[in-house]
Order: sequence, then C-alpha cells, then structure tokens
Amino acid sequence: MIFELFQFKFFFNAAFAALLTSISCGIIGTYIVSKRIVFISGGITHASFGGIGLGYYLGFNPIIGAICFSILSALGIEFMAKKTDVREDSAIAIMWSFGMAIGIIFIFLTPGYAPNLLNYLFGNILTVSLTDIFFSLLLATGITIFFVLFIKPIVYISFDEEFSRTRKIRVDLLNYTLISFVALTIVLSIKVAGIILVISLLTIPQASANLFIKDFRKIIIYSVLIGFIGSMGGLITSYYLDIPSGAAIIFLLVLIFIFLRLLKFLLTRARQQNQNQIP
Amino acid sequence: MNKPGKLLELIEVVAGYGGEVIISNTSFSVLENDFIGIIGPNGGGKTTLVKVILGLLKPYSGQINYFPRTEPDDRLIGYLPQVHHIDKKFPISVEDVVLSGLMKKDRLIRRFTHHERKLAANQMELMGIIEIRKRAVGELSGGQLQRTFLCRALISSPKLLILDEPNNNVDNKFESDLYRILHDLNKNIAILIVSHDIGTISSHIKTIICVNRDVHYHQSNMITEDQLRAYNCPIQLITHGEIPHTVLKTHQSLSQ
Repeated sequence: MIFELFQFKFFFNAAFAALLTSISCGIIGTYIVSKRIVFISGGITHASFGGIGLGYYLGFNPIIGAICFSILSALGIEFMAKKTDVREDSAIAIMWSFGMAIGIIFIFLTPGYAPNLLNYLFGNILTVSLTDIFFSLLLATGITIFFVLFIKPIVYISFDEEFSRTRKIRVDLLNYTLISFVALTIVLSIKVAGIILVISLLTIPQASANLFIKDFRKIIIYSVLIGFIGSMGGLITSYYLDIPSGAAIIFLLVLIFIFLRLLKFLLTRARQQNQNQIP
Repeated sequence: MNKPGKLLELIEVVAGYGGEVIISNTSFSVLENDFIGIIGPNGGGKTTLVKVILGLLKPYSGQINYFPRTEPDDRLIGYLPQVHHIDKKFPISVEDVVLSGLMKKDRLIRRFTHHERKLAANQMELMGIIEIRKRAVGELSGGQLQRTFLCRALISSPKLLILDEPNNNVDNKFESDLYRILHDLNKNIAILIVSHDIGTISSHIKTIICVNRDVHYHQSNMITEDQLRAYNCPIQLITHGEIPHTVLKTHQSLSQ
C-alpha cells in the first residue's frame, strides 16, 4: 500500500527531500544543541521571513531572499554579540522581529494575493520541486564533507572556545562558517516544516538521541536516523489523514521523544531496583 | 648552579576591557622553576592578567615577551581554565578533552596519530583517570573534571602551567592531591596558580603576585601587614611559623 505512494512523482520528491533534510538537520542540529545556540537559530529562522516578503514584492524566488536574510542575520547576531556591547539574546530578538516586520510590510505592499504564503509559514513537503531537491542535495553533501573534515576543531571549539584560542585556532572563521551553514540548513528546510516549526527538526532528534548518547559524533548519526523516521512517518501519516505534513512530522518527532524519555525512565528505575536487590 | 632562564616577561603592561583599565603598572618575569601564586580580591584583575599572559587579551600599552618562543603557544603554556566557564552537559568524552590539548592551527583536518593517542593515555594514566576515559564530562565529579583539564593542559609538554582557580568546586581530597601533583610538576616546569583562597596556597607557592588593579610581585610567600597596607591589598595576612600556618585578619576597607 505504502509502495504505491512512491509511484507518485511528488511523493518520491518528498521522500527524497525528507532524507536530505534529515541529514543536514541531523548534523547542524547537533552543533546547535551542543553549543546551546537554539535561540540564535530561532532568530535566524524568523529573520528569513523578511527575505520571503521581499521576494514576493520584487517578484523573485522567495527562497533566494530567505537565504540572503538568514545568512545576514546569522552573521549580524554573531557580530553584534561578540564585537559590540549588545547582549546576545537582545541581538537575537532584534533580528528576529526586524526580519518578520520587513516580511509583513512587503507582503502587505505586494498587490493581490500572496500565493503559497502558508507553505512558507507551516511547510508543505509535498510541494518540494526538483530545484529544491538539487539545492538540498548540494547542501547535505557540503555539510557532510565539512563536518567529516573538521569534526575535531568543531567539537573542541564548541566545547571550549577560549582554550581553542590559546591554541591559535581560527575560532572566528570557523564560527562564521558554521553559523552560515546553520542559516542555509534552516532556509532549505522551510519547505519541509515551515518557518514556525523548522526549529524542531534541528532540536527534537538531537534531544532524543542525547537521552542515551553523550558523544557528539554519535548524536549526529542517531539524529539523522530519528529525523528520517520522523519525517517519513509524518509524511505518510499526513497523506492518509489529510493533515499538513509539517505539523504531522513534528508531532511524530515529539511522540518519539516522549517514548524514548519514558523508556529511559523505566530503564533507570529497573537498574536501581536491581542494585537494591544485590545487597 | 645555572641561573634559571626566563619564560616570559611583562613590561609596563596596562590592560582591561572596553576602554576601562583593569590592571596597570604590571612588570614582572616568570622564570623556569617558578611557583607563583596570583592572589587578590574578586574583580581585582586576576583573570585579566592571565588572559594577557595567554595572549587572549591585547594590552592597551606595554609589552610582553616570550622566551625562547615569540608567542604563547602550546609548547610554552598549558592552561587550566575556571570550571564554571565549561558547559558540563556538552557531549564530549574525557579522552577527547585530553586530546584537544594537542590541537594545532595548521593541522585541523589531520587525525591523531598512534603516538599522540599514546601520549594521551600516558597522561590519563598518570592522573588516574584512564579507567573513565570513555565517560562524558557531565558524568564526572569536580575532581575528575579538574584531572581531565590538567591532562589537557599538560599533554603538549609546556614549560609553564597556568591554573585559574583550580580548587573551586572540588572536594578536599582532590585539593590535597592537586598540591602534591603540582609540587612534583614544579621540579620540571614553572607554575602560575590563581586563587582567592590564599590560606591554602601560601605554603605551597614560592612567590606571590598580588593583583588589585595594581600588580605587585613579592619575592617570598609571606606578606607582612605593612606591605599589604601599602599595596591597598584587601586580603588576609599571610605568615609562616615553624608549622606552616596562616594568620587571618580582616583587612580595613580602602576608605578608612
């Protein structure tokens, strides 16, 4: 029954997009969660809405606008927080709402109806085009190669930036590169889960994996796996129940998280009882 | 006996953050066999001084020279930061933290060699944490965490070990172990230890640097009350009798 679905080209595209998004989000999300920059990522996500609005108004692909806005806001937050006296969470809030404001203004100014606006806000993996897949493939490949090559400095700098500076590592360059990858991953995942939900693709699989695993590299692998199960499951559920795919994916991911958390609780209790019985 | 060589010297260094001067009038040298305690009140500039020495903070004026090297690299300085600045839930193992002490700017991609892994294993063996090398840092006690950071600081065989408040958040057992370890290390390398707990460190160190905006070098591990008053150092009085001990005395506030 499920295999029939793959005869539809749109479904095949969606499944492929789910796989590529799981890879990019699994890797980048591990970086975000380990380094505790989830809030920055939320800011970048919402700031990208400004680019979407600008795309509508000037008539170019809104995703191109979103890419520009997300990278600029990512670098802007990093710069404001590190090199000026603006506090980091304030810098995030400024970028977050400023991007949204620009988006709302331009969409309001665009004459007529803004098509597919809801897809950008809530995501619709079934509308993924071949072009989207091409860019997702490019990004997933790029991120994978970058992380395989630079995994040591990425982990060490995220763990202890100051110590890395005493070792003369080019911390700033690596941080700016990584935050740009974060921005690109977010924008290319917007089609899957939408601006409002995309942050969960970057955090729930990692939080689930982190329940049992405390190693950066292994969290990446299990996050990709959990992300893929969640997005494929959500995709199929959304098709049969006729509900929005983005929300279905997130719902399933949260269910996986709750299940694993319960499992951990039961395992811990069983182990404690075992220990109590020994003496 | 040969005169001990200089490892680094500060000449008339003035430093701080965002235009504000935190330490001024800083001139001293660190020699090969030194065991220096950096003491002073919180906010007095102890950590600022350490950052200047490590090359993390550029001084506003003055000069720092390193010998025989020209910069504070991994073969000159090993550094143990304050624990509170570490994220203890970060998913990284003890072994990985120790190996990170070998990271170099021009070899970011390269994998660790067999020899380097052996170095890490030896260092962990020495510090007694070889059995827990696969454990995540979040599962360690305060003392085990400090041993891990000690390994990271020492794995590159530096000539100078700098410790910033190493006895914060650790049990008494580790604290006494630490001084024994440092005492042994001091036979081969110089040590600079930052502490606000002057009572404990005074009997272990050889000389004292008192940091309270101004920086003063004492060529002894004892300070008299007169000296303290002259330096505006609101710290406890240190002295040693036949049995090493510390006479504690509340210092008068500066305005009086």
